[in-house]
Amino acid sequence: MMKMLRDYIKSLAMLELLKGMRVTGGYLFKKKFTVQYPEEKAPISPRFRGLHALRRYENGEERCIACKLCEATCPAAAITIEVAPPLPDGSRRTSRYDIDMFKCIFCGYCQEACPVDAIVETPIYEYHFENRTDAVMTKEKLLAHGDKHESALAECIRADGKYR
Amino acid sequence: MESLIALWEWLGTNLIVLQILIKIVVIVAPLMLCVAYFTYAERKLIGYMQVRIGPNRVGPKGWLQPIADAVKLMFKEIVIPTKANKTLFLIAPLLTLGPALAAWAVFPFSEGLVLADLNAGLLYILALTSIGVYGVIIAGWASNSKYAFLGAMRSAAQIVAYEIAMGFALVGVLVAAGSLNLGEIVRAQQSDAGIFGWFWLPLLPLFLIYFISGVAETNRAPFDVAEGESEIVAGFHVEYSGMPFAVFFLGEYANMILISALTALLFLGGWLSPLPASWVDGVFLLGDGIHWLFLKTMFTGFFFLWFRATFPRYRYDQIMRLGWKVFIPITIVWILVVGLMVVYQFAWFS
Repeated sequence: MMKMLRDYIKSLAMLELLKGMRVTGGYLFKKKFTVQYPEEKAPISPRFRGLHALRRYENGEERCIACKLCEATCPAAAITIEVAPPLPDGSRRTSRYDIDMFKCIFCGYCQEACPVDAIVETPIYEYHFENRTDAVMTKEKLLAHGDKHESALAECIRADGKYR
Repeated sequence: MESLIALWEWLGTNLIVLQILIKIVVIVAPLMLCVAYFTYAERKLIGYMQVRIGPNRVGPKGWLQPIADAVKLMFKEIVIPTKANKTLFLIAPLLTLGPALAAWAVFPFSEGLVLADLNAGLLYILALTSIGVYGVIIAGWASNSKYAFLGAMRSAAQIVAYEIAMGFALVGVLVAAGSLNLGEIVRAQQSDAGIFGWFWLPLLPLFLIYFISGVAETNRAPFDVAEGESEIVAGFHVEYSGMPFAVFFLGEYANMILISALTALLFLGGWLSPLPASWVDGVFLLGDGIHWLFLKTMFTGFFFLWFRATFPRYRYDQIMRLGWKVFIPITIVWILVVGLMVVYQFAWFS
């Protein structure tokens, strides 16, 4: 009986409701964590897996030796490689290196598999295509990405190096 | 200045229609501005309570957001469902907005600052706020959609339940003030006690019930079963788009401002200063004035937004229980208490 009366008075005083309002009222003054995207950017890890690139040695020679390990390990079967006839000095090169960006799942296995650190994923995540055909990354495009973002890639590799 | 007054008087005798139109514009234009910025305040406040920052892209700090919204809605296509009753479909939004604006006609903004000093102002307000639900019901019916119809039915039942509690709460005010004129009701709250002389204290249960019923009347969270996004998509206005939707939207927010302003007027002393008159006599802005009414309206309006950010939607049977089995008995008992207080001239009523 007493408990019923007490519950009755409690519900009339709307204590529970006031408690709830205190919670939301408190959050009104809490610090907001929103990142204002185009002006501010969230920090990313040196292991970030973004846009693909093919790297070169410092003398400008392509790293890729057409071993096809990346093609074999790719779980999404996004990579297509064709091997060119050997160069006069006997080294192997690709004649075609396509990554279908619609298939790619950005797992990073290609860069783990690569014995010469040729195929890598850059920390670049802001890019777009205007035609569906542009989504297939050809060898020329990948090499161009590598040339363009070499400094960022080198920085990522240096930062991550001590954990490898 | 004198020539302006002369012109105004000339209008009053020769072109009274124009004079009335000017008066209407003077009330409605600031009201519409308030409605626009109330939506902005809502999005900002609810954002802040959810640890977001709300709209901040259009104009400095997002101040132009409501204008961008309005422009967008104006240029959107008006879709009318096939087999919908076209006339009623388009009249319905006007029926919700119209009363919300018309109610301001008898609203006293300050001493003597009122468009129509009706001696039955409270009755007029009660009648007009009830008409608003017809818009919702007609919209639900004319849309020829199950969800809209369900929303309309829910809204109708809810308004019937809460209208009674609201009416009884107003009867309490009526007994305490001894007048149906809104200006008289405010003047009855004037005393040397300042904030403690207003009706919210002797009529505390009625004050809370009036405000909560007001939230229910405007179909706002946690009483928004008529909209019920998660159950019936958007309730009565699922089929609306473009300008008719915008009018519904305006109506909802105009109603919220109206209820906030009425609460401020009936229970929080309207334009009266919260400080005792003897302290602030002649001090700039601390005395009575329209700015106090504005502040009080903002204060009560803030609670509408706070409720929405806090409470989950009531279950339908809980709404009915609260309206019929809690609010109505409490109001009836408290009317009796107020009556006794008035008869025996207790504290506030001596």
